[in-house]
Parts: sequence; C-alpha cells; structure tokens
Amino acid sequence: MLHIKCPHCGMRSQNEFSYGGDASVKRPELNKEISDQDWDNFVYNRKSLRGKHIEFWQHLSGCRQWIKVERDTATHEIFKTLKANEDF
Amino acid sequence: MKQNFRLDNIGLINRDKKLSFKFNGKSYSGYEGDTLASALLANGVHLIGRSFKYHRPRGFFGAGVDEPYAIVQLYRNNETEPNVKSTEQELFEGLEATSVNCWPSVNFDIGAINNFLKVFLPAGFYYKTFMWPKSFWYKFYEPIIRKAAGLGVASIKHDKERYEHKYEYCDLLIAGSGPSGLASAYAAAKNGARIILAEDKPRFGGTLLTSEVNIGNQTGKEWVKNIIAELKKMPNVTVKNRSQVFGYYDHNMLVMLEKISDHLPKTRKYHPKQRLWYIRAKEVLISSGSIERPLVFGNNDTPGVMLSSAAKEYLKVYGVLVGKKPLIFTNNDSGYEAAIEFKKNGVEPVILDTRKEPNSEIIEEAKNLGIQIKFSYVVVAAKGYKKVNAAEIAKISDNKNELGVLENIICDCICVSGFWTPTIHLASQSGNKTKFDKDIDAFVPGISKQNETTLGAANGTFTLAETLKDSFNAGYELSKKITKNDNKISYPKVVEKNKTTHDKFWCVPLPKGKTYKRFLDFQNDVAVSDIEIALKEGYRSIEHVKRYTTLGMATDQGKTSNLNGLQLVSNIENKIVPEVGHTTFRPPYTPVTIGAIVGREVGKYSRPTRKSPIHSWHEKNNAVFVDAGVWLRPRYYKIGEETLFEGSKREAKNVRANVGVCDVTTLGKIDIKGPDAAELLNRVYTNAWLKLPVGKARYGVMLREDGIVMDDGTTTRISENHYHMTTTTAQAANVLSHLEYYLQLVWPELNVNVVSSTEQWAGAAIAGPKSRDLLQKLFPNIDSSNDGLPFMGYLEGELFGVQARIFRISFSGELAYEVNVNSDNGNFMWEKIMEIGKEFEIQPYGTEALSTLRIEMGHVAGSELDGRTISYDNGLEGLISKKKDFIGKRSLNRKAFIAEDRQKVVGVVPLDKKTSIPEGSHLVKDAYAQLPNPKLGYISASCWSVEHDNPFSLAILKDGKNMIGQKLFVMSPLKNITIPVEIVSSHYVDPKGERVRS
Ligand SMILES: [Zn+2]
Repeated sequence: MLHIKCPHCGMRSQNEFSYGGDASVKRPELNKEISDQDWDNFVYNRKSLRGKHIEFWQHLSGCRQWIKVERDTATHEIFKTLKANEDF
Repeated sequence: MKQNFRLDNIGLINRDKKLSFKFNGKSYSGYEGDTLASALLANGVHLIGRSFKYHRPRGFFGAGVDEPYAIVQLYRNNETEPNVKSTEQELFEGLEATSVNCWPSVNFDIGAINNFLKVFLPAGFYYKTFMWPKSFWYKFYEPIIRKAAGLGVASIKHDKERYEHKYEYCDLLIAGSGPSGLASAYAAAKNGARIILAEDKPRFGGTLLTSEVNIGNQTGKEWVKNIIAELKKMPNVTVKNRSQVFGYYDHNMLVMLEKISDHLPKTRKYHPKQRLWYIRAKEVLISSGSIERPLVFGNNDTPGVMLSSAAKEYLKVYGVLVGKKPLIFTNNDSGYEAAIEFKKNGVEPVILDTRKEPNSEIIEEAKNLGIQIKFSYVVVAAKGYKKVNAAEIAKISDNKNELGVLENIICDCICVSGFWTPTIHLASQSGNKTKFDKDIDAFVPGISKQNETTLGAANGTFTLAETLKDSFNAGYELSKKITKNDNKISYPKVVEKNKTTHDKFWCVPLPKGKTYKRFLDFQNDVAVSDIEIALKEGYRSIEHVKRYTTLGMATDQGKTSNLNGLQLVSNIENKIVPEVGHTTFRPPYTPVTIGAIVGREVGKYSRPTRKSPIHSWHEKNNAVFVDAGVWLRPRYYKIGEETLFEGSKREAKNVRANVGVCDVTTLGKIDIKGPDAAELLNRVYTNAWLKLPVGKARYGVMLREDGIVMDDGTTTRISENHYHMTTTTAQAANVLSHLEYYLQLVWPELNVNVVSSTEQWAGAAIAGPKSRDLLQKLFPNIDSSNDGLPFMGYLEGELFGVQARIFRISFSGELAYEVNVNSDNGNFMWEKIMEIGKEFEIQPYGTEALSTLRIEMGHVAGSELDGRTISYDNGLEGLISKKKDFIGKRSLNRKAFIAEDRQKVVGVVPLDKKTSIPEGSHLVKDAYAQLPNPKLGYISASCWSVEHDNPFSLAILKDGKNMIGQKLFVMSPLKNITIPVEIVSSHYVDPKGERVRS
C-alpha cells in the first residue's frame, strides 16, 4: 500500500485516495474546434509510461482535494506531491 | 503413555503442566510449552504423514517455520484447519490432529504405490505422464490423482472465529528477536525510538536459547530474559511474540500476523483468534536469522533424517531426544554443537564430517568429550522405510567424486548440517538487490531499495560478537536519525567458540549400481534426478525449472530446498550460482489464513449497511428489504402470504389508482452553491441551464468525456446561487468526485462549492392521481394547484411545524411530488403522510413497484444507463443542446454513435401477452437460424404492466427507431426459453406525459 503525502493533510495511506489518471493531459477548452485525432488523444490515448509519471489522485476519504503526484510507475517511488494549482 | 524420549532436567517446557492430545486417534501426553512436533517426538512418534507425490513416509525435518514435512490437519474447538505445521503448533489440552496425504492411513497408504512406480513420475509429471492416452485422463488418472494428491482438507463451515486488523506506525520495526533483533531493539529503544519487536515463535531469543555463549557474564538465555523484561517495561516499545512479519510491501508497509489464540484450546471470550497488523515503519531492521541447509544423499527423506539445528532445539528447548543413537552428518562446525549436546545428555553420537582436517575450538571440544568423529566421510543413503534404522556410509575422496567401500552403521536418526542460508525473504520482497556471497554459498541482501537494514545471520554474519556489535550500532544510528537523541549504550563482552570454514560439498554422489532417490524438495518430492531431467529437456531459466519440477513451490516455499536446487543447476550448467539467479521471493513468507486476511469484513460487515431514517417503520410494516448499493431499501411491503410479484403489483396498481408513498432518501443529493453554479451545471449536463428560474427543477443527463451517459437526475434552483442536485443512488459518490474533478482541476476559475447532502435529507415520493389532495392536506398553507405548483416546480413549506422542501417531480409517470425534510424528521414526515393519506387509500410502495411504474412509463434507469449507452440509445437525445459545449459533447460525433442503425430503447411485449421475459435475454430475428444467431439487442428491464395487465419489457435494440411494430424472438439460451414478441414504443403508458402535468 502506497504512502502518499496529501499537500493539505500530510502522509496518508493509499486506501484514502483514488487514482485519477495522467495529470499531464489537459482537457481541451470548451467551445473550441478540435480535430478528431486530438480529441481521441485526449479521451483515450495515454503513454503508459515506465518511470516518472505525473498523475492525479483525489484524497477521497480525507479533504476530498484532487492533488498531483509524481510517481515512478515501476518502483512506486513518490518523488513529490503538489496541490492542484501548483506546477512541477 | 510414557514419554520415552523426554529428558528430565533440560528444556524450557513446564513439566508441572501435563497436557493430553491425540494424533491419528491415539492418545499421548506432552507438556505446556511443547509444540505438537516436540510432544510427538517425546513419545517416539516419527511417522507423521506421506509425501505429496510418491506418498513416501514423512517425519520431522525442522523445528519451526522451515518445516517441509510435518504438516497436519488440526482439530480445535469443533473447527478444523488444514496444513498446520506441527513444528509451529503449540500443544494445548485436548489438541487433536491427523495426518494429511494418507489414504487410507499413515501406516498403510495406497498412494505409496507411486513410490514403486516412480520411474513414471519424473519432472513435469503433471504435464506429460498423465496426458496419454488421452481418454484415460477423465476416467482413470484424474480421479486417482484427486484422491491421492492434495494436502489438508479445508472446512466448508462458516468460520465463527473473529479475526482483526490493526494499523500501526513506528520508528523501527524489528523482525526477529534473536541476538541481532534484541541488540538493535535495545539500542534503539534506549535512544527513545518507538519500536515494535516481532518474534514468530512463542519464546524470544532465537538461537540464543540453544547456543552455548556468554554475553556480559550471563548465559544467552539469561541475557534474553533480562533484555525482554526491560523492553516490555518501556512505554515506547511494543514486544510481540507469536507474530510473524510475513510481507514487505511498498513504502515500508509491512504486514504481520499475530496468532493470539491458536495455542489455546479455545479462543477466549472477546478475543480474536488472529490479528493482522499493517505496520508503516520509518525504518525496518530485518533480523530473521538463517535456516540450516540439508545435505543431499540417498533416501534423505526417511523419517529420522533432520536438520542438526532442529535436533539441538528439540533437546535444549523441549528436553526431547530425537534419537538415542544419533548419526551427525555435517560439512561445517554446526553439526558438532548438536553432537556435543547429545553427548552432554548421555547419548553417544557419531559425527561424519565431509571435511578432511578441519580445526576449531568446537571440534577440539568434541574430541575432548570423546565423541567419535569420522573425517572425509559421508552418508550415502539412509536405511529403513518408516524410520531410519541404519545408514550406509563411505569415505569420500578429496575431490569428492569417489566413494570408498560402503559400510553400514546402526543409528536411529541422522542429523544433517549443510551450513546456513540467510533468511532474506523480507529484504528481497522490499526490492533489495540481493547478491551472492561465495564465502557462505548463499544470497545476502545487497543494495536496499526501501528503508531496510538486514542484520546478523540474515545478513550472512555468523559470529555472535560481530552480530551484536553491528546490531547495537544499527539500532543506535537508525534511532538517532529519527529521534535525534544521542543516548548510546555500550555493548557487552561476548564469549563464544570460534568456528572454521564449511565445506562447499553438499550432494553425495550415487555409488555405482545404486538408484537411490536423493531429494532436494521434501514437500514436493523433487529429487536430484528431476532437476537433471528438466535441464536435459532444455529448461534453462531457474523460474522455468522451478515450475516444471515444482521445486520450492509447496507450502514451505522451498525454505530448505531452494539453494541446493540452485547449486545443482549451476553445477550441471557449469555456471556460478549468481548467474543462475534465484527465483523471486513473494509474500507471504509463511501461509496466512484467509480469515486473517479478510479480518472483520465478513458477512454483513463486508461493507457498510446504510439505512434510511424511516427504516424502523419499514421493518414494523413487513417490508422485505433489498440491497440497493450500500443501502437497504424496502422491496415491497408484504401483506399476509403475498409473493413479491403479488405485493409489488398491488402497490403499483394503487399508485396508478390512488396514491402511494415511496422512501427515496437513498437518492444521491449534492448541494451546489456559488455565483458560477449555473455555469457549472451548463457544462456538466447536456441541456441548457443558464435560464432555469429560481423555484424550478429540471431533468438533466450528464456524460463522460467519451460520450457515454454517466448519470441522470433533477436539479432544482433553490435560490439565486443555490442548487440542489439529485443523482441515482448508485452513482452518488462518483458524480460528486466528477464535479470536484472539474471544479478543482479543469475549471478552477469557476466560483462554486459542492458538498454531498445525501444524508442530510429524508425523502418521500408521493405519487398517484390523489397525491395533490394529500399534499394540500399535508401543507394547508401552500397553493398546490397546477398553477401554484406546476410540473417541475418547487416550493418550501411547513409540515406540522417541520421545514420541508416540495418538488413536483415524477419517476412513476403519475402526478407526483417529492417531499424532503431534515433527516431527523424523516420518520415524523413518513408517519404524517401515512396518517393523513389514509382517507386517500395510501399504500407504501417499494423498489419493485417503483421499477414496474418506471418501466411501463419508459423511463430509463440504471439498467439502461449501464455505462455502455449514449443519450440517443436512451431516447434522451432531445436533451442535447446544440448551442453550447458540455462534457463529452465532442465524442458524440463518433461514427458508431451516429450510425443510421444505432441501438435505441424500445418496448417489448410477448405475443401471447402472458409469458414473462427474463432480463438479459437476447433479441433475434429468427429463432431457428443457424448458430451463431446474430443478436439484435437485449432485454434491459422487465415488469408486469399494471396498466395493461400483461408482461412488458424494455430493450436496447439495434435500429430500434425503425423496429416499432416488428415481430422478433426473445431467446434465453441459459433458461432454454424462446418467446415470440412484438416491438412497441418504450412509452407503454401515457406516451404524451399528460398525467405528470395534470
Ligand atoms: Zn487531504
């Protein structure tokens, strides 16, 4: 079980969190033209990296804040966690 | 019965407390402090079971967790547990155990015929031997293997014992209470660290209980006793025996199994049987010691052949002689320790040492005691079938290839020592890159990945002085890092006998003309010849060799066999061991009961049960409940002997005819506030929300980004910047997370707050033609007319002094209202509705009637919004705004979503108007077409239409738009049902929706 540092609450166990996917993916702006390919990439296509990965987690059973986590997908090492409005 | 192999004046058992127990139906006695193994050995019982493959007789090989043979079926307090290691099971009064793997009995075992057929059971026997001839498998091989193989029998009864989970944090977790564990724990505790010291055995001290050493002018045993006593008094220390740390997971999370009651005849009241600890440690000290390696020779699996360390432990801890004429076979100094103990207790051992001229203090001592020692000698084979009665021995050449003349020596046990294998499981599980130490011919921990440090024998350090020095330092340094304290204690002076190097020789060659089986894996019957065959057949990777031969795959996970297996592969392959590598160590280190893993989450505790505040009223009024997500909801209110079908029909009819009331508290509710609330709704729902007036509700559908419908519900504008959203019962939590995701991550500029208010409100749906009259009586001060409270209108009112929210919304398709009050007043509201409703012939209705009403109305719900359908499929395309963008809109252009013959919801009626249609059935054009018969759609929901008094179903049907009026067939191959049906509109009742607006 991972140990994740919520930037709002501190170190908590993984079972308080839920995973929210690749945090490097930005939702396209509303009301803007977008090609089929770009939309597909946003909805479906992920890199599935081996190594450092920036991802969203929600502190579901805690402060309910969505946070950013920099994690190694192979070793599970967590390098850094940030609030939603902070950037790496 | 007399314990013929028990000595009077040695051991740590309590001779004042005699215990009686049964093994295979026969009564024996032992003492408090015995294990089942030591008590059986005290009674001279060596035959305990049969081996897995050849059903050869099995005795005891070890004295603890490494035991490969002596597993039993345990009976305790009318329960039974399979595969219990008798070397770990503590004796209690009335214990009963039986052998496993024996049929019909341990002394006469039909499966032992495999032993004589063993030429047919080589490596990979599962994969090839029984495959030919093919037709024999089901009729002949399979039933016999099923009967003969397998270990214990799992109980099929509900386990009434209680198992607990506990979460703990500490500065240092120390796994193992041998010299390294105690020293590091003591140093760290004295330096103020919060520590947990875990010992898997009942007694603390590990090897210090059996070794002849002196620490700070005390014997090892005394030193252990004093340290433990002092640690137990310290507030920052938790000391646990019978507690095995069996898994090392990510981020320094370790899991430990504490056996609280297994050693008692019966679990004490209010006590759990076992407790599983999840421990998050800042630092982990692995002091798990080492396990003695076997030597490999002919018939080395005969009962009576055991590890010399085990023989020593049985003697020094339990006062039990494993034999009265022991033969010690060793390639290192450790065997001498057992021999010396035998000698001191009046038994004459003979030592066979594979080495030519070793010299050390301990060998000198053995010589001085007059023990007979034969250097450059090996055991070629054990003699005896159910018990060792002699050994074939021979001199071995210096190059270890040639055997001298075979000699016979009488003995009743053979104690073997092939040197020591560090227990690196925990370190390896943590991700440590282990390395091969050629001085000890074993793997030791290398570079740590997590915060783990391995000490003592587990780290390949076999002298006590060095171990204590390292461990005191590690305990001090690691605690200092965490506590910043600097209280260093000096370590004591150690007296121990020096030892010399071991012999790398471990596998005795077969004499010419002999075909003795030489076993590597004792539990799975893997012999040297099996590994040879596997390699001959081309298996190279050690992981493949393991799986093909089953080496190290039994319940002991190869604790005694793995390293010898590796040695053999590397010898044959002419490689060095590190090139062969070792198989992966995976948790758990020892078998863990399913009960402990599941903990308290069984039966109704497996998830929370949520009840509405009106629950007790439902109970009192004969509600039959159903699980709806985590909620318990009334399915119908049973009158007399009514069936579900009858009761729900009655309730639904009454809604259509008079008025019904349904508890809708479980609906998800989200309170939304802020100046940008309307904008959020406009982005989340497919329809327009910016112009919804205060005091009005609107139905909305939300999509995922991939265009699939996520949920639906109504949202009401309570005031200028305040909305009340409802979701389906099942999706409530997901919808809240979904909103939070967009508000926090995607559109943080929106000034909106959302919070779940599901539990704050109790809800009652009042539905039926008489609902307006009832509402007016409940709220005399509101204008309940169609103008005063129109369809999708909202009012606030007072229900006999209780503040209430009134929504004119309908799920049943009838004129209906939903009344919400503060949860605490839910029951009051319900009782008032029932009381006032009496004159309107009100009846409560449950989820079954609710479903009937919504299905015949053609209202889609969870069974249609199943995570695979889009708005169009559900007839909700009219709610898709063309003017604005929203979540998932861009996906709606996908080819499949706009296909001409796209699936759509339809109604289905059986032609005979009688036959009920099972949900999940398929729709096909031709019931008699050749298979595979193309499937056009599926039945999503079925009911008995109370309006038309015949069966009616909803279906998701290909090209549903153009299928109305078509005749198709419903097929349910599982139930062998074929029903001719007609496709009709999904709106089977009031298709124009006039009633809800009346
Ligand atoms: Zn938090």
